[in-house]
Amino acid sequence: MQGLASEFSLAVALIFEGDSELWAIVLLSLKVSVFAVLISALIGMPVGAALAVARFPGRRSLIVLMNALMGFPPVVVGLLVYLMLSRSGPLGVLELLYTPTAMIIAQVVLVTPIVAALTRQVIEMLAEEYSEQLRSLGVSRLASVPVLLWDARLALVTALLAGFGRAIAEVGAVIIVGGNINHVTRVMTTTIALETSKGNLALALALGAILIGIAVVVNAMVSAASLRAEQEGLRHA
Amino acid sequence: MRDLLCDMTKCLQVRGLQIRRNGRALLDVADLTLDGPGPTLLLGPNGAGKSLLLRCLHGLISPDQGRVIQDGAPLGPVHTARQAMVFQQPVLLRRSVSANLDFVLRRQKIARDARKTRIAELLTEGGLEDKARQSARSLSGGEAQRLAILRALATGPETLFLDEPTSALDPSATQMIERMIQRASTRGVRIVMVTHDIGQARRLAADIVMMQGGHVVEHGPAKQVLDAPESEASRRYLAGGLVT
Ligand SMILES: Nc1ncnc2c1ncn2[C@@H]1O[C@H](COP(=O)(O)OP(=O)(O)OP(=O)(O)O)[C@@H](O)[C@H]1O
Ligand SMILES: [Mg+2]
Repeated sequence: MQGLASEFSLAVALIFEGDSELWAIVLLSLKVSVFAVLISALIGMPVGAALAVARFPGRRSLIVLMNALMGFPPVVVGLLVYLMLSRSGPLGVLELLYTPTAMIIAQVVLVTPIVAALTRQVIEMLAEEYSEQLRSLGVSRLASVPVLLWDARLALVTALLAGFGRAIAEVGAVIIVGGNINHVTRVMTTTIALETSKGNLALALALGAILIGIAVVVNAMVSAASLRAEQEGLRHA
Repeated sequence: MRDLLCDMTKCLQVRGLQIRRNGRALLDVADLTLDGPGPTLLLGPNGAGKSLLLRCLHGLISPDQGRVIQDGAPLGPVHTARQAMVFQQPVLLRRSVSANLDFVLRRQKIARDARKTRIAELLTEGGLEDKARQSARSLSGGEAQRLAILRALATGPETLFLDEPTSALDPSATQMIERMIQRASTRGVRIVMVTHDIGQARRLAADIVMMQGGHVVEHGPAKQVLDAPESEASRRYLAGGLVT
């Protein structure tokens, strides 16, 4: 019991005395996940918007597939990305395994379906509402996409934050493709897993506290954004 | 003879138009020619097909049978681009009031400064000058309707369709909108407008189209239709009786 208390005070000290190892891990985590979410946004938003606006055969099945990908177990995603990047895999020559890039790739695979699926939902609803009005104003289907994306901006920010929340809290995929190498690919979640198993609870607790802090901030931002989106959406609905 | 006349003048015609859903004809207009200077007002009970007819005239619905002819040619993108419509339920973009106007002005490739001036003019015309930066979605029902009308006018249309544009407006706003519509009409904009307000029809209309059950039951000069309606349906509608 006494040991636990001293681990706690050690954890607090780590956070507030600016332990360089701790903050390097936090920074890497943020970097990897922010990058991953940005790339997911670049892929997922256009894909989601296209699925919402375009009409082509197989569209329904694509949407089902995308929704299924959203619930894919991260460990399996990690395994698949590992197989792609491993020496004998199709992308082996790039030698990306056990680098932050590999972790970004894994997170992109995890987050893109979320961003695309949420974007599709939001844009499809808005497109239905706007469709006749935009046609009346002479806006073509294709030209309506940027209009819809812009007008759905608040809901889309919510989607990105949800994606970020999933990316930063995820452990299974990044530990497989990143390898949890000290000073290279150690992020918050993988460090917590490792340090806890080693009995170094102070560092694990400190990182856990920071991770929770990030989660709380992200969730607060999601609530604020969706509240505003709702306020704007509900009037005259 | 009438067709020939219409080839040369500005006119909007409907020939054998039918819209069917589930085997029922929602709209069935054999022949309608709007060739006067207008404004033309569409009257008729709920569900008569007024909104559907406007959508057809604006090219938003393609009819199952028959066609719409403008200035002698089948209605196409060239025509609809010069039309504007104010919907029964206005759809405003999730942007500020002035951004809603800017959206249509930008599409006309108008320079930034000119757009600013035009937006200020429009807002003053619609009495929304102090709402410029407010989110359009937070406007009151009547304010939203006014903005929708201003936005339609901002497209500089040759034909303006209005679907009950003053249904949510207070008397002074109604008067303001009626003046705007009259001014546009005087400038040569063809106005086709739905209303349930018989007083408004009397104030604005040059000619009146009376609809019921998907059909045009009467079309003629406003005074004649209002004061001496030919059809039983018109008489009953105007008397406020039940039209079945
Ligand atoms: N997509 C649709 N599918 C089936 N029925 C429809 C559809 N659109 C319109 N209708 C029906 O067509 C009829 C005419 O509708 P419309 O909206 O033109 O009426 P309206 O004359 O504008 O009435 P109101 O005065 O209430 O606005 C109504 O009975 C309506 O229920
Ligand atoms: Mg209607």
